[in-house]
Amino acid sequence: MSVLIIAEHDNKSLKPATLNTVTAATQIDADVHVLVVGFECQTVVEQASQVAGVSKVLVADNAAYEHQLAENVSKLVVEIAGDYGHILAPATTTGKNTLPRVAALLNVAQLSDVIKVESADTFVRPIYAGNAIATVKTTDPVKVLTVRATGFDAAASTGGSAERQVLSQVIASDRSRFVKEQLAESDRPELTAANVIISGGRGMGNGDNFKLLEGIADKLGAAIGASRAAVDAGFVPNDLQVGQTGKTVAPDLYIAVGISGAIQHLAGMKDSKVIVAINKDEDAPIFQVADYGLVADLFDAVPELEKSL
Amino acid sequence: MKILVSVKRVIDYNVKVRVKSDQSAVDLTNVKMSMNPFCEIAVEEAIRLKEKGVASEVVVVSVGSKSCQETLRTAMALGADRAIQVEAEDGLDSLSVAKLIAKVAQEEAADLVIMGKQAIDSDNNQTGQMVAALLDYPQATFASEIVIENGEAQVTREIDGGLQTLAITLPAVVTTDLRLNEPRFASLPNIMKAKKKPLDVKTSADLGVEVGSNVSIVSVTPPPQRAGGIKVGSVAELVDKLKNEAKVVS
Ligand SMILES: Cc1cc2nc3c(=O)[nH]c(=O)nc-3n(C[C@H](O)[C@H](O)[C@H](O)COP(=O)(O)OP(=O)(O)OC[C@H]3O[C@@H](n4cnc5c(N)ncnc54)[C@H](O)[C@@H]3O)c2cc1C
Ligand SMILES: Nc1ncnc2c1ncn2[C@@H]1O[C@H](COP(=O)(O)O)[C@@H](O)[C@H]1O
Repeated sequence: MSVLIIAEHDNKSLKPATLNTVTAATQIDADVHVLVVGFECQTVVEQASQVAGVSKVLVADNAAYEHQLAENVSKLVVEIAGDYGHILAPATTTGKNTLPRVAALLNVAQLSDVIKVESADTFVRPIYAGNAIATVKTTDPVKVLTVRATGFDAAASTGGSAERQVLSQVIASDRSRFVKEQLAESDRPELTAANVIISGGRGMGNGDNFKLLEGIADKLGAAIGASRAAVDAGFVPNDLQVGQTGKTVAPDLYIAVGISGAIQHLAGMKDSKVIVAINKDEDAPIFQVADYGLVADLFDAVPELEKSL
Repeated sequence: MKILVSVKRVIDYNVKVRVKSDQSAVDLTNVKMSMNPFCEIAVEEAIRLKEKGVASEVVVVSVGSKSCQETLRTAMALGADRAIQVEAEDGLDSLSVAKLIAKVAQEEAADLVIMGKQAIDSDNNQTGQMVAALLDYPQATFASEIVIENGEAQVTREIDGGLQTLAITLPAVVTTDLRLNEPRFASLPNIMKAKKKPLDVKTSADLGVEVGSNVSIVSVTPPPQRAGGIKVGSVAELVDKLKNEAKVVS
């Protein structure tokens, strides 16, 4: 049976995590469909139709779906679920918000944060902040999974030519109302899609000092991340948090500055290819996972690093 | 307004996790167990709503073996009025837990159900959403602010792109994120008082809920270890290594 993916998008563009989810889906079954639920999201539909490996794009384009509220999107997905053996979404805050509702309405389990497909019914996922790796098998008639983008390569964004199908049912969400959104504006790459990330922790001292990281980020085309402590202290907004309960990243290069390396932080970045740590405490646990550790005061080392790049 | 808060007993977040040698599960013998941190935040929020006069009663529920009564006592020491243990094997699947909590919420006629966004053992991040779906309630997950007004909850949510505010009609389910509040500590007198607060025990049969899942664990293994790295002596050496050895900087 076919696999259905709920696309991650903002009504304007298809988010990269969808491409990683397509790769996971193609490892389950050759017939992969993508559902785009939104409002005035035609460009997303165009992009989804071109993704290599996608045979069909289903479109539900209506004002009722503008903010992709979990209540009505889940009901819409359940209405079309009968055609599918698997329903997938990227393990983003949107996917995590909606997919468990889909699973509960279908009376099946949801497997969260899948990092590997063993077979069509057996999947691998980290538990305990990545300190254990579980392989689980499900015999549910429909298998519902969120997919961790770092576990799979991105599918090619072009080369496909999927057919399109319009879904005309409009399901209202009358007890949940969108009020407002404060979205971070940044010219930098998205944290979860960046090849290079430089993150700051409590050691940065205050929010202003994060400017020190910006010079390096500019030179390396990097995204900026943070530890929970830096977010809790109000240095930077919540969407920069990397970790067990924040974002999971696996860039080619991760530079941790003034971050101690608590297991909850490591859970979000320890699959990075190369890890650099700059910390003045030579016993900081971050050095146990760092490929290159520099014991130094960040206020000396970071400006010097910027100059040397 | 009545608030139902779910609390899970999990391995303490400071404990170093070890996998059993037969690869069946994580070894939980003789390790420190605590209330899931996100559930502590949920309890704290409910108590604050009661202190503000918004809520009249805070009921806590936990699904698990007898040992979760300890977690329920902790919640009552923090200020919850009474507790319900739903007796079940530990490690029950999320959908079964959600069905049990949904039934309790219905029986209690709770106006608001506050749950953690994620249990730090299973890392599922799904039970709250499932409870909401089963009851056909609206939901606001990953909350960093909750304002109750005119039968509605205005909830600010931490999402990947920043913050989003939703207004949901009560009854509803809210799940907590880290920045919602800073939980208090239980005082000794309150710990003593909590011993006398009512704690009911129910079974899934009492609730008329069938539990069970089609998911089985094949294996639980330790994660691959990173090969140890090196310490560099200077920024110049670091840049040289990044350019010429790791080749991640050009
Ligand atoms: C339920 C739960 C979920 C969590 N989720 C996350 C999560 O998703 N992500 C996350 O990051 N954390 C998370 N945490 C928090 C985690 O346990 C740590 O508290 C946090 O990661 C610490 O952040 P930090 O390393 O910035 O701060 P600290 O641990 O305080 O470390 C600061 C470091 O900066 C160094 N330093 C200070 N000054 C300088 C200087 N001038 N130069 C160089 N180095 C300096 C210090 O030596 C120290 O190592 C979670 C915790 C819980 C309980
Ligand atoms: N056994 C349980 N007993 C009570 N609450 C639970 C239980 N399992 C999960 N929950 C609640 O659901 C939240 C999310 O858990 P999870 O979906 O497993 O990550 C937790 O923070 C708890 O509030």
